[in-house]
Amino acid sequence: MPQALDTLKETPSQTAGPYVHIGLMPNFVGIHGAHAEDLGGRMLNDKAKGQRIAIEGHVFDGTGEPLRDCVIEIWQADAAGLYPSPSETRGTADPNFAGWGRAAADPQSGLYRFETIKPGRVPFPDGRLQGPHVSLWIVARGINLGLNTRMYFSDEAEANAADPILLRIEHRTRVPTLIGTRTGDSYRFDIHLQGPDETVFFDI
Amino acid sequence: MSGRSNEAPETGPFYPRDRLWHPPALTPAYKTTVLRSPQRAPISFSNTMSEMTGPVFGPNIIGELDNDLIHNFAKPGESAQGPRIIVHGRVLDERGRPVPGVLIEFWQANAAGRYRHKKDGYLAPLDPNFGGCGRALSGEDGSYAFRTIKPGAYPWPNGVNDWRPAHIHFAIFGSGFAQRLITQMYFEGDPLIKLDPMTGGLSDRRAVEQLIAPLDMARTIPMDATAYKFDIVLRGRRSTMFENRLEGN
Ligand SMILES: [Fe+2]
Repeated sequence: MPQALDTLKETPSQTAGPYVHIGLMPNFVGIHGAHAEDLGGRMLNDKAKGQRIAIEGHVFDGTGEPLRDCVIEIWQADAAGLYPSPSETRGTADPNFAGWGRAAADPQSGLYRFETIKPGRVPFPDGRLQGPHVSLWIVARGINLGLNTRMYFSDEAEANAADPILLRIEHRTRVPTLIGTRTGDSYRFDIHLQGPDETVFFDI
Repeated sequence: MSGRSNEAPETGPFYPRDRLWHPPALTPAYKTTVLRSPQRAPISFSNTMSEMTGPVFGPNIIGELDNDLIHNFAKPGESAQGPRIIVHGRVLDERGRPVPGVLIEFWQANAAGRYRHKKDGYLAPLDPNFGGCGRALSGEDGSYAFRTIKPGAYPWPNGVNDWRPAHIHFAIFGSGFAQRLITQMYFEGDPLIKLDPMTGGLSDRRAVEQLIAPLDMARTIPMDATAYKFDIVLRGRRSTMFENRLEGN
């Protein structure tokens, strides 16, 4: 036998379950007092640089019914394309923008909504610029491993056409599942877990 | 921000996730997955800054009672009902290195197996002194600990007589968005574990065992609380000069 490698296995995922709000946004489900406010509810303050936008939509199951119990987190660059993270080596991100947000689907309608700013472009490892995008992570009852996807912007056709990740998608008819559709300052981004319009999910 | 100012931040890409170690998206014995599981293969790509970076939380967000579920929702002078336990462990990466500054959020049912959530209709009583949520930040050595009551098992609408083993839900941030993870901790010796469709989705028995916290007598507080140890392993990342190679070079 050769020596053993000193590596560990990642802790296996388990579903977030139906009561995920208790842990991630207790005030949203009426548990007040434990935490003053739910994390991720406000992504920016008045001084944040960049174009104010909203992102909203539904997450649909295989019958087309919206999930009313999911939680979504987003992570994105600031208006200059920088991330507020110690791993960001290209500059200092806007201190007035958190880059991260968390929202629950509305328990009646299933609509989720983020108020944020439009991100700048971030390079791919080889230096090419990616299209502006927001990374999403979706958890819910019935989802065994949190789902990763991205939203790109419908008014960035040129940047999207050169995006190294969108270019990688073999089935070109699936690319529109990753594009949020602009109306005014709002982008509609519906996520389909199954069916002909199944959203492209990523193994990142 | 991260409390690691003397250390160069790690910036390398994460090791690929071993998706076979996790439950697959579709585990029909857990019925809700049938309509909520993507059916097409996820598309893989090398990490970019968008995956390698992630939000950082400082100690300023952690309240004094955030790691004390026995008291963080209780009326003054009162406490939650049930067997008092300490849950502790370390957050490590796949290389076995401690991961400091990680925000861990946890939630659970009360001692009777009832959640403080309007979707929970189980007839077991709510505990007026138990909210069921808490959070902690891992220390420089990756360690974390919290105090709570042991949650009860509860029935759930899946089969006609399915019971969840006692468990605590964990949501863990790492240093990058690609490390984001939700899991559940189970308790050593619980006979319901082997009947559970959620742990049943794990194909490797060792993966199930990785989610079971042993009783840890060394950390009990005599005449007060028993203790369970639950280490958490997050994806590791490449960090040496040899490993940081631009794609295509
Ligand atoms: Fe649960």
